[in-house]
Amino acid sequence: MRRSLRGALRPAAKATGPTLIVTYLSLLVLLPIAAILSKSFENGLGSFWTAVTQPEARAALKLTLICSLLVAAFNSVAGLVIAWVLVRDDFPGKRVVSAVIDLPFALPTIVAGLTLLSLYGPNSPFGINVADARIGIVFALAFVTLPFSVRSVQPVLAELDRETEDAAASLGASSSVVLRRVILPSVAPAMLAGAGLAFARAIGEFGSVVLISGNLPFKTEVASSWIYSLSQSDQLSAAAAVSTVLILIALIVLGAIGIVRRRFNVGEAV
Amino acid sequence: MKSRWRLPLRIVALGYLALLVVIPVGSVFYRAFQHGFIAAWDAVTTPDAVHALWLTLLVVLIAVPLNTVFGVGVSLILARHRFRGAWLLDAFVDLPLAISPVVVGLALVLVYGKTGWFGNWLAAHGIEIIFSFPGIVMASATVALPYVVREVLPVLQEIGTDQEQAATTLGASSFTAFRRITLPSIRRSLAYGVTLTTARVLGEFGAVVVVSGAIAGRTQTLTLFIQDSIDNLNPVGAYAGAVILAIIALVVLTVLGADREGRKAKWRSRSDQSPSDSEMPLPSTTSVLMSPMDH
Repeated sequence: MRRSLRGALRPAAKATGPTLIVTYLSLLVLLPIAAILSKSFENGLGSFWTAVTQPEARAALKLTLICSLLVAAFNSVAGLVIAWVLVRDDFPGKRVVSAVIDLPFALPTIVAGLTLLSLYGPNSPFGINVADARIGIVFALAFVTLPFSVRSVQPVLAELDRETEDAAASLGASSSVVLRRVILPSVAPAMLAGAGLAFARAIGEFGSVVLISGNLPFKTEVASSWIYSLSQSDQLSAAAAVSTVLILIALIVLGAIGIVRRRFNVGEAV
Repeated sequence: MKSRWRLPLRIVALGYLALLVVIPVGSVFYRAFQHGFIAAWDAVTTPDAVHALWLTLLVVLIAVPLNTVFGVGVSLILARHRFRGAWLLDAFVDLPLAISPVVVGLALVLVYGKTGWFGNWLAAHGIEIIFSFPGIVMASATVALPYVVREVLPVLQEIGTDQEQAATTLGASSFTAFRRITLPSIRRSLAYGVTLTTARVLGEFGAVVVVSGAIAGRTQTLTLFIQDSIDNLNPVGAYAGAVILAIIALVVLTVLGADREGRKAKWRSRSDQSPSDSEMPLPSTTSVLMSPMDH
């Protein structure tokens, strides 16, 4: 009798875990994302289009994309240099440097924004004031995306066969030729993947940008700030429409990274 | 590359890191204590600051355990069962990393806000989520959702189920088998994932600012307090609050770094040949953040 009861209860008990998990995921992710999509199209495609092409939205999206592209490109070069130094160079305190690279990940974004404001804001000890200027946004995005750029090329660089480089050098190739013909071709896919991750991160960034950019419409207002101000003034469908654009761009970029990784066998970064 | 490039590159790399990360973070500490320790202490012991600190800790105490249980559960399902749509579950867990925190906040407002999908029902039952404590917890839990899964899932896939099956064959209940066999083997990665989750929940700003309404002394977390202090020309309060969060971040980095070294050592002692870096299963601080997209 008891056994049969337990037998009857077991499937129910077994299903509880998955049910709870799906419920949790639905409440936090599925329903909210569905709500964004449905809200952005609630008044039809026309109003979606109006929302994402009205002047302030267009300016914010353009600024976000340009700054993110700039930062992704610049940081992938800086990331390569830093990764090279970490892999090939040796100096006291290298482990500390390695930890410093992860700091932007561990540091809350608003603190990141504050750190940049304190050094490159109105009271800058260096006399460099990038607050309320577009270059300030680039500073903030460079800060938060630095780890992506370094950590995606570092493992590839570490695996790179040094003998090929030495062989090329011994055959008379200059450093720049070795860099161009030997190193770059091997790390290019990883650099591209790192740049993509940095870009995807940058387009949605808010906390680190909000303090230093000043959020001046048409000047320093990034897409996430624009979404925020729309949501504060209860223009929720317009906010959802711009959000949909950001989500789509991020998903396309991440999909492309997946393709690059499979094609070139880069694998998951570190 | 020739060694004459070594020094210039080192200087460029370290210089960039110094200007972008080290000096700015250092300057926050300087600014916080510029007017003395007492001033900084006073700034973070005002009623609003203390409230923000407690609220943040309370959010951590609720969101982190929930996400931990969820993360282990999802990892178990994904590692142990083959089913259609598994990749979809995997992708949805990662989704919060690909989305701007502000969008996460907005999405929650659209479901649980006054005019949201559940707005009427919640209002009828007297439940307030948006502009209230539950909303802050949900926003924080959502952005930190993937971390435990990303750390625990690979380990579960690697260890397989042989030992657990042996235990159940010998009469252990599945709970006992989980507690005695599985849990000890994922302990390290679980701790790692929980640490990352905690760091993210503590420091979340974008998602929380949208759902909380940032009412001082009520729904203001520590990150919101920092922003509010800057807006209200209370820089010492902002910098002192930032120092608290920065110290926590440094502790997190140290813990994770020490853990990474520990794993490296363990791996070395286990294997006879000296493994190259690529063979070493070395989860870095960034692994979880990078695999899908960010943090």
